[in-house]
Amino acid sequence: MKKDPKDTRVVVGMSGGVDSSVAALLLKQQGYDVIGIFMKNWDDTDEFGVCTATEDYDDVIRVCNQIGIPYYAVNFEKQYWEKVFTYFLDEYKAGRTPNPDVMCNKEIKFKAFLEHAISLGADYLATGHYARVEERDGEVKMLRGVDENKDQTYFLNQLTQEQLEKVMFPIGDIEKSKVREIAKEANLATATKKDSTGICFIGERNFKEFLSNYLPAQPGNMETFDGEIMGKHDGLMYYTIGQRHGLGIGGAGDPWFVIGKDLERNVLYVGQNFHNDMLYSDSITAVNVSWVSNKEKPETFDCTAKFRYRQPDNKVTVHLLEDGKAKVIFHEPIRAVTPGQAVVFYNGDECLGGGTIDEVYRDGKRLTYVG
Amino acid sequence: MMAKQMPICFIFEVGEQTLERIYVDHAATSPMDPRVIERITNTMQAAFGNPSSIHAFGREARHLVDEARDTLAKAIGAEANEIIFTSGGTEADNYAILGVAEANRKNGRHIITTQIEHHAVLHTCEQLEKKGYDITYLPVDEQGCVSVQAVADALRDDTILVTIMFGNNEVGTLQPIKEIGELLKNHSAVFHTDAVQAFGLIDIDVKALNIDLLSVSAHKINGPKGIGFLFAKKGVKLAPLIFGGEQERKRRAGTENVAAITGFEEAVKISIAEREQKANRYNHYKEIILSSLKKAEINFSPNGSLEKSLPHVLNLSFPGTDVEAMLVNLDLAGIAASSGSACTAGSIEPSHVLVAMFGHESDRIRNSIRFSFGLGNTDEQIEKVAEATAKIVKRLTNR
Repeated sequence: MKKDPKDTRVVVGMSGGVDSSVAALLLKQQGYDVIGIFMKNWDDTDEFGVCTATEDYDDVIRVCNQIGIPYYAVNFEKQYWEKVFTYFLDEYKAGRTPNPDVMCNKEIKFKAFLEHAISLGADYLATGHYARVEERDGEVKMLRGVDENKDQTYFLNQLTQEQLEKVMFPIGDIEKSKVREIAKEANLATATKKDSTGICFIGERNFKEFLSNYLPAQPGNMETFDGEIMGKHDGLMYYTIGQRHGLGIGGAGDPWFVIGKDLERNVLYVGQNFHNDMLYSDSITAVNVSWVSNKEKPETFDCTAKFRYRQPDNKVTVHLLEDGKAKVIFHEPIRAVTPGQAVVFYNGDECLGGGTIDEVYRDGKRLTYVG
Repeated sequence: MMAKQMPICFIFEVGEQTLERIYVDHAATSPMDPRVIERITNTMQAAFGNPSSIHAFGREARHLVDEARDTLAKAIGAEANEIIFTSGGTEADNYAILGVAEANRKNGRHIITTQIEHHAVLHTCEQLEKKGYDITYLPVDEQGCVSVQAVADALRDDTILVTIMFGNNEVGTLQPIKEIGELLKNHSAVFHTDAVQAFGLIDIDVKALNIDLLSVSAHKINGPKGIGFLFAKKGVKLAPLIFGGEQERKRRAGTENVAAITGFEEAVKISIAEREQKANRYNHYKEIILSSLKKAEINFSPNGSLEKSLPHVLNLSFPGTDVEAMLVNLDLAGIAASSGSACTAGSIEPSHVLVAMFGHESDRIRNSIRFSFGLGNTDEQIEKVAEATAKIVKRLTNR
């Protein structure tokens, strides 16, 4: 039996953005015992002692006072560094393109933070993610947010039953434009605040400059597969498969794209044409595969998958392997599938789970140049 | 005649239940005594004049300021013209340190302080460090106490200032002010003490203690916020920080906050009259918490000295807990305590005081809570605080 909302304590993870502000507002309006908590995961204090987290927390304070809920902050800098940032750097060192947001949700927001919420007597943890949870067939399902353009289940793919049972996504069933509208109507301090972009800890800063503080950049050659030197790259870690911008290869003809990397020779492979054949693959192996449902799965099944955030769904066949691995066969070749990124599985509206793209294949042959 | 003390109570509606909120964070700030509020209100209604004006309105206001100055001076055994009103404790600390540094530029650039000072002192010293001053930050022992010998050893010919707090705001430990004052009798260095937390509960005589500069704040002793003073012994060279009119004999420009000054005076009068009784009461509160936690078989240990300590500050470490979870749980239970240290982006940085006492690796810097007592607290409230704390600690550690 569900408790009455007024006896149900919900901790809302508040970032100082409009989405989590509205999430808190809606829960408060529904009569829940709501607490707003700001998570500080990264210290970017500048030489004057000013930190962007301070401004965001100021917004959390304003919004919580407007809504009439208590607010606190919690510091997970240490956990974030150990669980997310070291993984992030290791992946870059290995020539892959990591997804720190997936890791942050898995290890910080829905683990350390969820535990913190429970230690405060919370029944649920709510966030401003565009996703939905629904009880169906005796278990909790994770569904895409109704705003297709904003759906964030891609980043939540590692969540399990045990976590989802304690999670609420109050804005998952409304459109982003409606979220803004609600915030404006309630005159919330964050109603017109710009959405944050990019990786959370890098924020508005220059990505290259940020990364160069942690990993030594080794400039090298850009080559075609025929061995023609097309220019210099600034360091392999700055490039991801399929990328067009920032190559600086001029001249006539089709634009140039990143096709792959050779870590040993420190060479960045480039090629012309968006649909360059070398960018296409037809299967992968995935690791760290996690499923939302605890129910047993058939060894082989069809579903759809995303290999990148906001990519349209692709039809695939999944073969489950041992040790949380899976072989994923695409029904059509897909462009720029990149090791380190997440593969996320769907059945209609339902997010089934996901894993990390490990090895990429074409016609049964591993494409070692993509990482 | 003083009005009878009114009970101070904080009852709030939370949903359908009423929650009694208990305030045990008086070291952060304290509620204004109703008599102080009355006094301030009277001043605001009766004397709005500018004390510097030559007319009757000005004279009235000036008279109130001077009377308050007399009261404050007497409270610490000083002369009236040795009291400089400031905007509070932070400004008084800044003024003492920057004022001495500037006035003694030609005599030396060495300053001695401790690692456990309030940030108003530490950050001001760090600022001077950037300008080429040499600062010695003395360590403390596990009780949070600086050694007089360490001060003596650190003294140099070019030491211009020794600034050591009277009683620590986080753990309550009293520093050997009398001994340090004695030591500095034979040295040209100016002796400043931040008495923001001690004033009002500890009897302070600046002459007997050989103190040159002393900072005090009103809002820690049930007075208004935005007012404090710096005692500056006659003859101590002090370069002003704030320029403008000729108020405070040109040592601190700006039209006096007359209403707050009278409220400050009232608060000081009350604190003198009730000092002993309060100190006894707060020491009793400490006993209630300590014995009640023991009875509940809670694993805890005090930070700082229980004997040489401010009566109203009790800092306890609860092994196996986390300060953030503790404070939030206490707040949700209606109890306002603190970690004693500043918050950045709302999240709690490890206390520099506990780090100085126990080192960076100690669990104590992550699991300690400060309770501080004051006006309005009752035995019953403190019992509730102890009960609620025990309950929360059990919940957080029994997982």
